[in-house]
Parts: sequence; structure tokens; C-alpha cells
Amino acid sequence: MLKIENLTKIYRGGKIAVDKLNLDIQEGELIAFIGTSGSGKTTALRMINRMVEPTSGRMTLNGKDLTKMNAVTLRRSIGYVIQQIGLMPHMTIRENITLVPQLLKWPKEKKDETARRLIEMVNLPESYLDLYPAQLSGGQQQRIGVLRALAANQDIILMDEPFGALDPITRDTLQDLIKDLQQRLKKTIIFVTHDMDEAIKLADRIAIMHEGKLIQFDTPDNILAAPANDFVKEFIGSHRLIQQKPNIKTVDEVMIKPISITIEKSLDEAIRLMVEKRVDTLFVTDGDNRLQGYLDVESFTGARKTKRSVSECYEKDIFYVKTGSKLQDSVRRILKRNLKNIPVVDEEHHLVGLVTRANIVDIVYDTIWGDEEPTTSSEGQTVSDSFRELISG
Amino acid sequence: MMTFFIENSSDILLKTWEHFYISMIALALGVVFAVPIGILLSKSKYISKVALTITSVLQTVPSLALLAIMIPLFGVGKVPAVIALCIYSLLPILNNTFIGMRSVNGNTKGAGIAMGMTTVQSIVLVELPLAIPVIMSGIRLSAVYVISWATLASYIGAGGLGDFIFNGLNLYQAEFIIGGAIIVTLLALLADFLLSKLEKWVTPKGLRIEGGHAA
Repeated sequence: MLKIENLTKIYRGGKIAVDKLNLDIQEGELIAFIGTSGSGKTTALRMINRMVEPTSGRMTLNGKDLTKMNAVTLRRSIGYVIQQIGLMPHMTIRENITLVPQLLKWPKEKKDETARRLIEMVNLPESYLDLYPAQLSGGQQQRIGVLRALAANQDIILMDEPFGALDPITRDTLQDLIKDLQQRLKKTIIFVTHDMDEAIKLADRIAIMHEGKLIQFDTPDNILAAPANDFVKEFIGSHRLIQQKPNIKTVDEVMIKPISITIEKSLDEAIRLMVEKRVDTLFVTDGDNRLQGYLDVESFTGARKTKRSVSECYEKDIFYVKTGSKLQDSVRRILKRNLKNIPVVDEEHHLVGLVTRANIVDIVYDTIWGDEEPTTSSEGQTVSDSFRELISG
Repeated sequence: MMTFFIENSSDILLKTWEHFYISMIALALGVVFAVPIGILLSKSKYISKVALTITSVLQTVPSLALLAIMIPLFGVGKVPAVIALCIYSLLPILNNTFIGMRSVNGNTKGAGIAMGMTTVQSIVLVELPLAIPVIMSGIRLSAVYVISWATLASYIGAGGLGDFIFNGLNLYQAEFIIGGAIIVTLLALLADFLLSKLEKWVTPKGLRIEGGHAA
């Protein structure tokens, strides 16, 4: 889709920022440019939308030569998420989101419709459209910054260290959002980062750059398995190489069957189900088994007198992982956020499984004490549940 | 003192009006010239240095001398006075426009350009709205300067409240001098107050909101 050939940038004074970069990027890929500062990764990114004019080389997007296009037209067709957020402080969230459509002179109704559709996608209320950036938190602002890059249906989105200015937890949430949006909208995303964890977590392929040259361009697994040279090895860090050694497991291999309840049931039924199944958390689904939220013992405290149905008091804010995600990512998330467990959903958001802290104990046990068959996966639900009680109790 | 105000009430109204509109025309012209020039200058480092030096030098010419120079060039009356005052109002507005445009966050500007704004769109949609508070404070400063200097314009026959002061000086009438000065001061304060209202009104709403995150 995007083909970069011999792309070179030499600054005045002869400093070679990017030296003969060659990349072939497929449609729908999430690509990370990573490297130390001064490696040319940002310059390389900025040449794609000609914020930096290339000294030589060719870039073609679906056969069209980008270096010969009008730079302004080109930029309007490529989404851009700038570092430090960069929202327009004097414009409302609505105006910020629809900045490119505004430049493209879309009719008002189409712009409003786009703003509403997009803000819903990042779980912010529609009323936020009329607020100003100063009224939002940093994480919320950067979500708007991401939406701004999507508003005009750009096929390619460039992100320049998009989460650098955010705290670790917010960053984690936004990384999930990006991954989710990318899978849902099938966008090609190229982002610059200096955080290897971020690159491994998000990218389909990682381009490691050093002193203007592309050192290695491959999938995270391949890079971890076979670093091209000592620089890459050092850059990845020895701890990640060790982590990678055990056979990569996905959540599907260890998840257990979650106990769920449909949204229209009464609280009495929910409590009876909890007692019967001996669990402290129920996952709330709609009639179609799509995950809506969860209900745990804490939700009942005080609520029982005034509220009668599940729909009134379940927690909508829920973290989940997709089927096929790597187990270590889920473990990291459980530990980082101090979650008791994390549900697994499929592409259509159907609830398919659950990874609990008890599962993690099993895995740790497995890694430390070797080859014994783990007690979980098949008939092990009761075991895990009693574990879960131990942990949460 | 009161007798001065009572006896000359109709004259005071006339002169105050004269003073006011000379100042405002000069200021308006100053804005019309200085803001666009300031915007252009903010786009070029080298020319801006030269231009700002020239206006600074103009500012150091004593105001009375500048008014006197106007006489051989434009004769006497309101026109040369307005021209001289206009020149005086240039520097604070030019300076503040330049600074205001330059102080717009580079990341915000960069975002606009990366979204595909042309240079003109970047100025109109991003830089100018964000520079408005700074530009407006330059205009307020100029307004106060121009109103007080307009007093001297009476020296070249432009009229205004300066007439009272110069008459007072010639006739050794203290109340004419003090009365004139009081009105000039009040006029300057009034202009500053009105412009501060205008400043609030033209400052984009998003810039007036301080922090205070929504839940």
C-alpha cells in the first residue's frame, strides 16, 4: 500500500537524518518506528506527510507518488496525531474533532454526525462535544487528538509519540483504544515511539532505526526471536528476550468459563446465582451474550434496598482482552490495574472466557515446577473458583 | 474649579468629543497598519528585527518634535495630528502582535499544519485567535498613550482638550490646566475600560476557561 524507497533526508549542514529508508507497508498494518533519540524515526514519519520535505527518494501510496502531490492536499488525506496532544485550545471538542472536515468544507450536518459518531467510539459522553480542551483531562484530550486524525476517513494515520505525555495507566488505556480502533476500522497506522513495550504490545511490525538507518523491520515475535545485531539485542533489553523464551501462550489456552447473568434479571436472582456458583463476580451480558459490564459483591452494598434489577447497578467500566491475545499481556494488565480477573471477548464482543488470578497462579506454578498437567483448563473450574475466593476474600 | 466646568460645559463637550475622535481615528489607523504588519513580521525573523528597530526609533522621537515635523509636510490641523498619533500608536500594537503571534504554542501550530492548513488558514484559524489577548493589550496600551499625547495635538491646531491646557498655560489659569488634564485622564481611563470589555468579548471562549476538568 505505502511503499517507501530510498527515502533520505539531509539537513542543511550535511547532517544525514534519514539514510536510504526502504519500507513496504501493507494496508491495515500497525507499524512502529522505534529508536533512540536522533535515530531519525520522527523525521522519517514526518516525511510521509511532508511536514519535512525529503531530500531524495520516493514514496508511493497505492501507486500515487506522494512527493509530487500538493503538500496541503496530502496532509488532509493523512491522519496525524501529534505529540503533546496539540488540540486547539480556542476550539470546542466538536470543532477540534472536525478540523480536517472543516478544511475540506464538509456540510455542517455531516461534520456534526461525524463528531457524534466518533466521540461515542471512545466512550466519552456526547455533551463533551461542547466543552473546551482545558476542561478535559490529559487522557481524554489525547483521545480527542486520536479522533481528530480519524475524522476525515483517512486511510493512513501517523502518530508521533502519541502517548509520551501521559501517565502509565492512561497510556495503557489509550494503547488498548488504538489497538481496538485499528482492528475495528482497519486503518493503517504508523507510530513513533521510544518505548519497546509499547511497540511490542501494539505493532504488527516494528522498524528499528539507528543513526538514520533501518536496522531491522519485522514482527515483534521475529525480532525478539532473532535480533538482527547487537544493537537490536541491547535495545530490546535482555529481560524481554528471556521473557520471550517460553512458548507463547494465548488467553484461549488458560481461560475458564465465566459465570454470567443477563442484564434484565433481578438482583435477587443475581445473588442466588453467586451463592450457587460460589463466585463474587458476575459478568453482565445482553440477550446475545455480548459483554456489557460486571456485577460484584461491592455493587450490592447499599444498592439492594433501592435497586431491584441488574441493569440498575452493574458496573459498565470493564477491562477485557480479545481472544487470541497473548497471555503475558493479560497478566501484565491484571497486575498493573490490580484486577481480580479479566474477561475474554471475541471479535463481536461476545463473552467467551475469563482469566483469573488463580489462572496466573497455575501458570506460575507450571513454569516453576515444570511439566505437570495444569489443573485448570478442562474440568478445573471449581478449583479456580475456590482459588479466586481465597484471593479476593 | 466647578465654575470652570459649569462656565465651559458646552466647550468641554465639544473639545472632549474632538479629542476622543482624533485619538480613536489615529488608534484605528494604527491597528489597521500595525496588526497586519505584525502578522507578516512574525513570519520572517530577519525583516522583523529591522522593522521593530525602526518603529522603536520612531517611538523615541519626542512627540512635540514629531508634531512639529508634520507641519511642513501636512500643514496644520487634524490631519497631521492624526498621522503623528498614528505613528505613535504603531509600536505597542506592532510589538504585541508580533509577540502574540510568536508565542502561539509551536505544537498547536504544528498540529494545524499537519492537519493540512495552508499558511493563511493557520494564521486566521489558529494563530490570530490565540494571539488576540496579547494583541488587545497592545491596543489598550496604545489607546492610553494616544489619548494623552493627543493633548499636544492642539499645538498644531488640531483642537481637542489640549486647547484648555495650552490656554491655561498662556493665560496663567490653573483651573484650565487642571480641568483639561482631569478630563484627558478620565477619557484615557474610559477608553481603557471599554477596550478591556472589547478584549473579553473578542477573546475566544476556550481561552477564558481555566483548567477545571469535567468529571
